Amino acid sequence: MNGFFDIPSDLQYGYFGLIGLHLREALLPVLAGLLVALPVAQLCVRFRWLYAPVFGVTTVLYAVPSLAFFVLLIDYTGMTETTVMIPLAVYSLVVLVPAIVDGVRSVPPETLAAATAMGLGPVRRYLQVQLPIAVPAIIAGLRVAAVSSISLVSIGMLIGNQGALGNLLNDAQIYHRPPLAVNSVLTTAVLGILVDAALVLVRALLTPWMPRKGVTR
Amino acid sequence: MNVFDFAHAFFGDGAHWHGQDGIPTRFGEHILYSLEAVGIAAAIGLPVGLVTGHHGRGGNALASIATAARALPTFGLLVLMFTWLGFGLLPVMIPLVALAVPPILVTSYEAVRSVDPPPVDAARGMGMPEARILLQVELPVALPLILSGLRTAAIQVVSTATIAAYVSFGGLGRYIIDGLAQRDYEKVVGGATLVVGMALATLGVFWAVSRIAVSPGVRRSG
Repeated sequence: MNGFFDIPSDLQYGYFGLIGLHLREALLPVLAGLLVALPVAQLCVRFRWLYAPVFGVTTVLYAVPSLAFFVLLIDYTGMTETTVMIPLAVYSLVVLVPAIVDGVRSVPPETLAAATAMGLGPVRRYLQVQLPIAVPAIIAGLRVAAVSSISLVSIGMLIGNQGALGNLLNDAQIYHRPPLAVNSVLTTAVLGILVDAALVLVRALLTPWMPRKGVTR
Repeated sequence: MNVFDFAHAFFGDGAHWHGQDGIPTRFGEHILYSLEAVGIAAAIGLPVGLVTGHHGRGGNALASIATAARALPTFGLLVLMFTWLGFGLLPVMIPLVALAVPPILVTSYEAVRSVDPPPVDAARGMGMPEARILLQVELPVALPLILSGLRTAAIQVVSTATIAAYVSFGGLGRYIIDGLAQRDYEKVVGGATLVVGMALATLGVFWAVSRIAVSPGVRRSG
């Protein structure tokens, strides 16, 4: 694999710079998605009738192809990183809301009653009881959102070379250097697997009461 | 001009409704690619998921395989396969199948594994062979979840099959890729609208299939 790590100079950064850019473009939207999904999910749990319409809207949004989403946004945000990140944030939101709603709903009513009986207000009950118990479900949603986000950033290549590691795909074609495409695919896949593993580790750290067996799942 | 004006202009232009680059042709191509990809993915994912779910073993291995497949960037894989294999349907099908297998595999495994044990034990006690237990007891009960996995896969494939146009194939992605290259915004918006419409139609099809195929008893308890 000659020239595997030899990044052409028309790209924004070198190899590690591109990895950094890729992670930023992929994970900031997931974080934004999580920050929006938490209150939305809480509203859906509070007002049950809200869940069906929210679920419908998010399903429709998820059906918008990422490429079309990027292109439609060019008119508003230009060929920038923001244009790549907005759709990714929306997709993350779509994955996270049902995951969090299921997680929070799975808290047994006795546990909630016990928390209320101990004098916890709604805010503390949410932060100290419901949210921690929902952590495994939330992390499961985050894993899907983060991995698919990392994979989707590459498509940003098509809108003004905003695809971080995906930009290597274009260079692989215009310079006839297939190893660059191999590099792009492998590095992106490894990033996805590493981030996934990191989230599994975070779950193990956040839920010390869970049995240690099956941590890998 | 906003998105709706562009869509109106696109669909109002009679030239977009006829011929090689007409909406009916592209629509048909898109459906064909999507059906092929989901069909191949189901042929791989369903049997493996059902059998491992029935035995309740290998869940960790399946989850790792699914994570690895999910981590493969679909678009990157497409470009890579195109540079390696050249022009053909195979470079398009490989990434789409890799995209569709994980949800089918994982949900069908989970669906069969989480079937209530009492009916399965009853079937075994009545002397049903394992294959019939899987097909006649576990499968009908697990069907709603299995269908939801297939639905997720189908929606992702429909919306991602647009990238086939990047390697000179047809489908609705042609409008998006060509429109992008020609700075023809109408085309892009029109193509995107059509893809969203097809994804929604897919949702509708799965809703109808689950109405017909899922046994009423299972639907009531679910």
